Order: sequence, then C-alpha cells, then structure tokens
Amino acid sequence: MRFGVVVFPGTWSDRDCGWVIDQVLGPDCELRYLWHKDRDLKGVDCVILPGGFSYGDYLRSGAIARFAPLMESVIEFADRGGLVWGICNGFQVLCEAGLLPGALIRNQVLEFRCEWTHLLVEQTDNPFTALCERRQVLRIPIAHGEGNYFADPATLAALEEADQVVFRYCDPNGLVVPSANPNGSLHNIAGVINQRGNVLGMMPHPERCSEAELGGTDGLLLFRSVAEHALRALTA
Amino acid sequence: MKLLAKVVVTPKPVVNDPQGVTVGQGLRSLGFGEVEEVRVGKYLEIRLDADGEREARERVADMCRKLLANGVIEDFKFEVMARS
Amino acid sequence: MATAVSEKKLKEVALSRSEYQHLVSRLGREPNDVELGMVGVLWSEHCSYKTSKSLLRRLPTTGEAVLQGPGENAGAVDIGEGWAAVFKVESHNHPSAIEPYQGAATGVGGILRDVIAMGARPVALLDSLRFGPLPASRHHFEGVVGGIGGYGNCIGVPTVGGEVYFEECYAQNPLVNAMCVGLVRADRLKTAKAEGSGNSLLLVGAQTGRDGIHGASFASLDLDADAEERRPAVQVGNPFLEKCLLEACMHLVELDAVVAIQDLGAAGLTSSVAEAASRGGSGARLDLARVPRRESGMTPYEVMLSESQERMLVVVKRGREAEVEAVFDAWDLEAAIVGEVTDDDHLTVVEGDEEVARLPVELLTGGAPLRRPDSQPRPPAAEVLSLDAFRREPPDFSRSLLRLLASPNLGSRRPIFRRYDHMVGDATLIPPGGDAAVIRIKGTRRGLALTIDGNGRYCELDPYLGAQIAVAEAARNLAAVGARPLGVTDCLNFGNPDRPEVYWQLEEAVAGIAAACRAFDLPVVSGNVSLYNESEAGGAIYPTPIIGMVGLLEDYHHRIDGAFKEEGDFVLLIGSSGNDLGGSEYLKVIFDLVGGQPPRVDLAAEKAVREFVVAAAQAGLLHSAHDCAEGGMLVAVAESALLGGKGIRAPGLRPDEGVRQDAAFFGESQARFVVSAGSRAMPGLQALARRQHVEFELLGNVHGDRIVFDGQVDVGLDELRTVWEGALL
Repeated sequence: MRFGVVVFPGTWSDRDCGWVIDQVLGPDCELRYLWHKDRDLKGVDCVILPGGFSYGDYLRSGAIARFAPLMESVIEFADRGGLVWGICNGFQVLCEAGLLPGALIRNQVLEFRCEWTHLLVEQTDNPFTALCERRQVLRIPIAHGEGNYFADPATLAALEEADQVVFRYCDPNGLVVPSANPNGSLHNIAGVINQRGNVLGMMPHPERCSEAELGGTDGLLLFRSVAEHALRALTA
Repeated sequence: MKLLAKVVVTPKPVVNDPQGVTVGQGLRSLGFGEVEEVRVGKYLEIRLDADGEREARERVADMCRKLLANGVIEDFKFEVMARS
Repeated sequence: MATAVSEKKLKEVALSRSEYQHLVSRLGREPNDVELGMVGVLWSEHCSYKTSKSLLRRLPTTGEAVLQGPGENAGAVDIGEGWAAVFKVESHNHPSAIEPYQGAATGVGGILRDVIAMGARPVALLDSLRFGPLPASRHHFEGVVGGIGGYGNCIGVPTVGGEVYFEECYAQNPLVNAMCVGLVRADRLKTAKAEGSGNSLLLVGAQTGRDGIHGASFASLDLDADAEERRPAVQVGNPFLEKCLLEACMHLVELDAVVAIQDLGAAGLTSSVAEAASRGGSGARLDLARVPRRESGMTPYEVMLSESQERMLVVVKRGREAEVEAVFDAWDLEAAIVGEVTDDDHLTVVEGDEEVARLPVELLTGGAPLRRPDSQPRPPAAEVLSLDAFRREPPDFSRSLLRLLASPNLGSRRPIFRRYDHMVGDATLIPPGGDAAVIRIKGTRRGLALTIDGNGRYCELDPYLGAQIAVAEAARNLAAVGARPLGVTDCLNFGNPDRPEVYWQLEEAVAGIAAACRAFDLPVVSGNVSLYNESEAGGAIYPTPIIGMVGLLEDYHHRIDGAFKEEGDFVLLIGSSGNDLGGSEYLKVIFDLVGGQPPRVDLAAEKAVREFVVAAAQAGLLHSAHDCAEGGMLVAVAESALLGGKGIRAPGLRPDEGVRQDAAFFGESQARFVVSAGSRAMPGLQALARRQHVEFELLGNVHGDRIVFDGQVDVGLDELRTVWEGALL
C-alpha cells in the first residue's frame, strides 16, 4: 500500500512519518511525499497531514494551510472515502478545512507541552485503531501549544452520541481524569473521527513512538492498522 | 478607491479564553480590582483598493468568514474607511 | 593626520580614537560615514575578537577527528561512517537583557544558520542560561525560555539539553548561550569561501529593514541606563521563514552551482560579505539598489549594517543562478543577485551608479588593532575557609537535602524542557533531564552525546580551576551516558576586559580550558566571546566560560542513563571524596555563603574514572550512572532515585579520616560518579576498577521509596519529589 505524507512550508513531522513508513513498517508500505503546491495525490491509499507549524501557524494553526492547492484534492479524496489522517498540526488543518468538527485552541496552561501522555482508545471500529483493543491504554507523546479541543455543546454531544471520539487523555490506568488532561481539551478529547469513519485527527504523535529505542512502540499499532486495512482493501 | 479596513476578531463568548483569564488575573494583581473579565482577540488592518465602500465591506466580510476568523471559535467585526 | 571625526560619531560606531587613527593611516584617507560604520561593526569585539584573539590562540584546535576548526561559521568533527557533526555555541546575552523573548529566539535562529551554512541539517539545540534569583528575575526567565521554545519548536529542531543557574550577579545581565549541532555527510561539508571572480552573490530570505543596526557594537558595550533607548537594536525572529531557508539550503548543498553559503548575523551584509571574501582571498562588489527592502528611505549605511534576521548569502557560479533561484522559488523565498565576487581584494559598495564605500577586505576582517588590556590578579579572595565556622549541631542532613533539592539551581528542569519540543526528528534516545542527551544517527548504530556546562561560582573563586572543572564536568556528563568526548565549543562570558581584574579572569579561564582540553586530547573547534557583561547597577557577572561538548557512542545500544532501575542493585560511588565544600551549593543554600576554594582538579583521575564508566557501560555492567556535581554525592543519589522512582538503603556513611560528614554528603569533589549495578556485575566492576586504578566505594542498595543512610538521612521520595519538581515553579 502507499502512504502519502503532505509537506506544507513549515511542516516538520513529514520526515518522521516518512521514516516510520519507509524504515519501520515493512516492505509492503511505500512512501510518497505530497507537495502543497501540487494537486496530484500520486495514487496513495492514505494521506497523512503531519505535524509542524504550517505557514508558521500565523493567524491560527492550520488556517492558511487549508487553502493550499493540494488540500482541494485531499478534500475530494476524503469525500470519496479515502483515508485521511491528521496528526498534530494536521488535525488543526482538518478542523480548519471543515473535514472534522471543532477547533483546537491554545493550551489551557498557555504553554507549549512536549511530554508523554496516555490515551484511552474509545473506538476501534475504524481503519486507524482496528488493531487496538477497545479501552486499551496507549502511551504516545504530545508536542503542541494549541491542542485544546473545543466544540460547541451541540457538536460535542453529537460527537459523543455517534461514538466519534477515538482517543481521550487518561491516566496510566485508563481513568479519564482532569489531571491527565495536558491541554484543557473538552471531555479530555485527544482525537476524533468523522462520521463516515475515514478521516481521523489526533494531537499526539504516533510517529514518535514506533520504535523501542524512542521509548515505546504504541504508535506503530496505528500505522499497522492503516496498512492492514489498506492491504485488505487492495486485495479485496 | 483607497480604503482601510479595521478588523477585530474575538473569541466567542462560549469559548474558554485562557489568555484572557490570565491577563485578567494579572490586571487584578496590579491593583485593577474593578476588572471583571478580559477577552483577548486579534486586530488587523487591511489596506485595499476597491471600487466602493459597499463592495469593500462585502469583500472584507468574505475575508473574515474564509480566513481571518474561525467561525467555530471566533466572532468578527470590522469597519471600512477612506485612507489618504 | 587630520582627524575631524567627532567623539559622538566615534561613540556611535564604538571605535576608540586610536583605532580611528589606525584606520586612517591604513586607509591613507579619512573614511566616509558608510565606511566608518562598516569598520565600526567589524572591529567590534563581537566580530573581531580584538581583545580575546591573542588568548584564544592558546586553545588546542586540531586533532584526528577535526574536519573544521575555528574560523568558519561552525566547527566540525568526524563521527565515522561518513558522517560529520557540525556544532557551535553563541551568546545572545545583550539582546536578551533588553527583550528576553526575542533576544533568545533570535539567538537560536542565529546559531541554526551558522550550522546550516556548513551544509548541515540541524538536529539538536542546547542552551546555557543564567539569571538573577527568582522570583525577581522571572521576567527574564519566562521570556528567554519562551523565546527558545518559540523558535526551536516552530522550526522543528529538538531542544535536547541545557543548563540554568540563578545568581545575583546575573540579575541585570542574564546569559543566553545557544548551541546547535548538525549532521552532514563529511564529503558534503561546505565552507563559506567566496571564490571565483565573477561569481554571483545572492541574498535570500527576509527583506532588509532597520533592524538591530549596531547590534554587534551594541554587544560590545556595557549595559547602561541608555539601554532602554537602544531598543530598536533588538530584532524580531521569524522561525517559519528560517524553516523555509533551511529546507532550501538543504537542496542547495546538493547543487554544484553553489560555491558557498554564509549566514547573515551580527553586522549583517557587511560582515557576511567581508568574511566570505576574506576566506576566499577575494574581493566583492555589492549593489545596494538590488537589496530587497522592507522599509523605504533606507540609507546605504542602514542597508549595510542592518541585522534583519533570516537572511543568507549564497555564492553561485556565474551563469548558474537560475538553478539556485528555482530552489528558492519552490519555497517562496525572495532572492536577489546583489553583487559579485571580484579579484581586487576590496569590498566595493555601490548604490546604482554611485560608489558609497570601498575598503580593503583584509582591513575590515583582520585590520582591528589587537588589544592587550592590563591584567591584574584578583587578591586571593579564595582564602581557605575555616570549616569549623560552618558546623551545625546537630546536623540535619535530611533537611539539608530537602533544602538543596528545592534550590532553583538543583531543582527539576522539567518545567523548562516540557516547553521545548525535544523529540522531533525521531532521534532523541536520552531526553533532557539527565547528564547528557543522546541522539541517534539514523541508519547507523552510532549515537551522539551532547552537553553544555559551566560553573560561574567556581570561576569567580578561581577562574583557572573553574574553567578546568567546566571542561571536566562536561566530559563526565558524556561518560555518564556511555560516550567518549570528541570536541568542544566554548562561549566565554565575561565582564568589561578593560578592567584589569576581568582581563585576568579571561586569561586564567582560557588557560584553564586549554589545560583541560590538552589533558583530555580534546580540540576546541568553534566558539564565541561575549565581553562587557556588566551594568552600573549590577556590576560584573561571574566569569562564566561555558563548555559545549559532543561525544560519540559507537553503539547507542550501550547507552545508560541516571535512573535507578532494579530493587536490590548495588549503589557505588566511583572516585574519591575530600573536604570540597568551597564554592558549593551546600554553602550557598545552607549558609548563604559563596567562598572558599573550588574543588581540587586532577585531570588524570578524571580521565581514569570516565574511562572506567564508559568501559563498564560498554561491557553492560551498569544499570545507571550519574555524575556528581553541584550538591555532591547525596544530591546525585537523590536525583538517580527520583529519576527511577526507587530509593536507597545504605548504612551510615563513614568518611575518610579528616573529611567532614557534611562534605562527604554535599561536598563537590570532582571525578566522581554514582552508579548502580546488579550483583552479578560486581566481580567485573572490581576487576575493571583494579585495571583502571579507580577507587570505588559501596554506598548501599536500591531499595524502597526512601533515601536512607542509617542514623544520618531518612527522607521519602514523595517529599523530595514535591520540592524538587516545585523548585522552578
């Protein structure tokens, strides 16, 4: 299968995602970088919008990136059911683009946070967490200054109702408590999926914990989930 | 027609504004006890060359909706005036 | 010779009357204003090293691994398998005193560009910071930490290490030293030589505005009451633009159309063109009319001296400009051909048809008369302390330990490094918070160990010893993760060298660094000098030489960290302890005293204990290692316990004859480590210690959740953690 990693000016997790796809995932996975000025998605099976400060995050995180020429193709791709995965800045871009509900505002502490977090997997009926157990606790680091998930009460209720919250910040035992919330996100939300189940946004960085020497391999579960899903789709 | 648009973007009342809360605390600790609430927003000045003020106002509103403000979390208001 | 120039004008360009006269006699005429401004910045201490150059020559700069020594944008060492590590440390003290956030941010931006100019991709940042005590200096502290994070996080280079101390002497003069490490294939290492007459000079990046004019000469003045008014000399950083520049430059180094890349830092266009031409043995011609500007009405003087950030100069082979411009175009970067390399050994500046300056390159870059200020040894303030004066009856070591860990100088640095992205790049194997950071060289088994270190208090008491200790401790930090040192970059932060006592401190400190580096066979490949760190209100800072050091792990699987791991492991103290309380954090925190003699230094013993720890790590004998530094043995033990979440159970400590009990716990004797190891490793460690002639002492065993030395210390980790983690909040 083929992963496409989007590069906006100011993106920096592109190389880390690329490393995992190219060097860790295995021979069945190919990597293509997708340049923001292009429109061609190069036949990829999953588009990753990686972390970084696209356009310096000036004005608002992700606000300018969402107007890149490539994003028109990404939106069409998502509308056709293609897999789109926004990580950190990529999540912010997806919210700005309206592919996911809500917005990411400044961390409650008003400071950047780079640290390991625990995530409760709330939903496994999707291509991104299919290999996880429901209620499994993953250990995945964050690195952001604006990851505080906000949505108005009606949207939030609808998200919960439709089981669209995929990850919540929790303590090591899987308890969703305020002290485990690093940024003030409503309902401890760390990641959400669209109704159709093909567009995922998450603030934590799975590409930073896909090898044991970096402190953990929980991130690899997500990459593998996507890879297996796509391979199944290709052979079906 | 040389015009100037002054745009103010503010967090919606329902959105928590930790920056505003912190600034408010700072003001109160400086002795400004009368401060009840602070909301921190953005101010933009846009210089434009348009056919007329009405057209300009429509364009600026469009700019706000498309890029300058995020309707999920922000409100905007603006005024358009002549500039020399 | 007639010298009509006014005092006011000389003051503005920070030249002395005699320097001006030297300039006139070399030039054979009076310079015009533009020329005077150009000479002023290039003859500043920041650019010319006119006061420190004769001392810096004493530093060892060569060695087997050295690929590039001082004189380029950054130094480089060979790390094997075809890779080079490029690194440099630089100060941004004065700008950070005026505007902490932007001062620190642009300091990071500047050191990144130095590494990029060598063709290397920056892979790690470290910072050495000094502030006045909290809470009074919180404004400086918050601004600087915010600025470092703001720039580093945005550009996507991990900040993996650093150090910070708080002392009264830095209240008016905070120190901000930023170090950057980059990686490049050794055969792709670039140098910034403007060669080849007719080749084009491309200016790329930010437009030129009236930023930071006289920043370089500003850095060479004492901070005084006028500093407020010099605020425009502070620049504003744009890390997003620099990220685009970085990626574009990484493409450029692959093109053979590119002759050289040079960053624009202090003294802007003037210094970058003059230095690149000087290295290339060439001249250059610049047309200011072609320089893209942010503001209208800028004079040639302002354009030549502007310190607008995020600009690079690229020397391109004539006729190949389009290839380079295409790369910049892809990244939406503005580039303009602003001049060309010439063979007339002069820097000629024109604006359209009008010549506005013409000076010999050599006069600009090497013409500053060297200064040799008077030197006056400090009266031996380091009198031997009467230790009896500091006896506490009965001593409460548990309470002392709690007070030490609550000191901002020893407390947990997590409130700082959690604000820095230290993971981007997928290479950070040992994150901040330990003795040294370790990053992997992807595609190999090699790891780089990185640290930055200094102790101004020791240097205040004895600059020669203090500087030696800075080198020794940095090397120990690397050994504590299992690495051997490869090279050094240094930043010399001092007061006004025109005061004989300060110049003496500088002499002594450089001699100390040189002696330690020679003993360890370590080259100094790059560095920076920051003088005039003093103010009317605050006096001079402690002499603060900072040592950045890069070491190699041939196989990163052999790395170790400082955390206790297994219940029951033996805890050992490697090296020998004396009555080294002088200059210690213990004296400062418990007795509010800075005095005595710094710890004695035995460079041979340093090498031996380091080699022991590295060899033991490589043999897989150690579970943890932690360098004993500020706070002494007990603080090192407590930190290993806190990092691992496991305590220690030890019998009462019985110091050697003549060594005080409190010195045994809190003295800062050098050449020591606290390590932990499983029982099976003990025979191996004993044999290794005999072979290496290293002493060690069994302290106790990893156990439970308290620090216990029977009858002497008993304190819970929870209580320790609360004060330790709260020390900086």
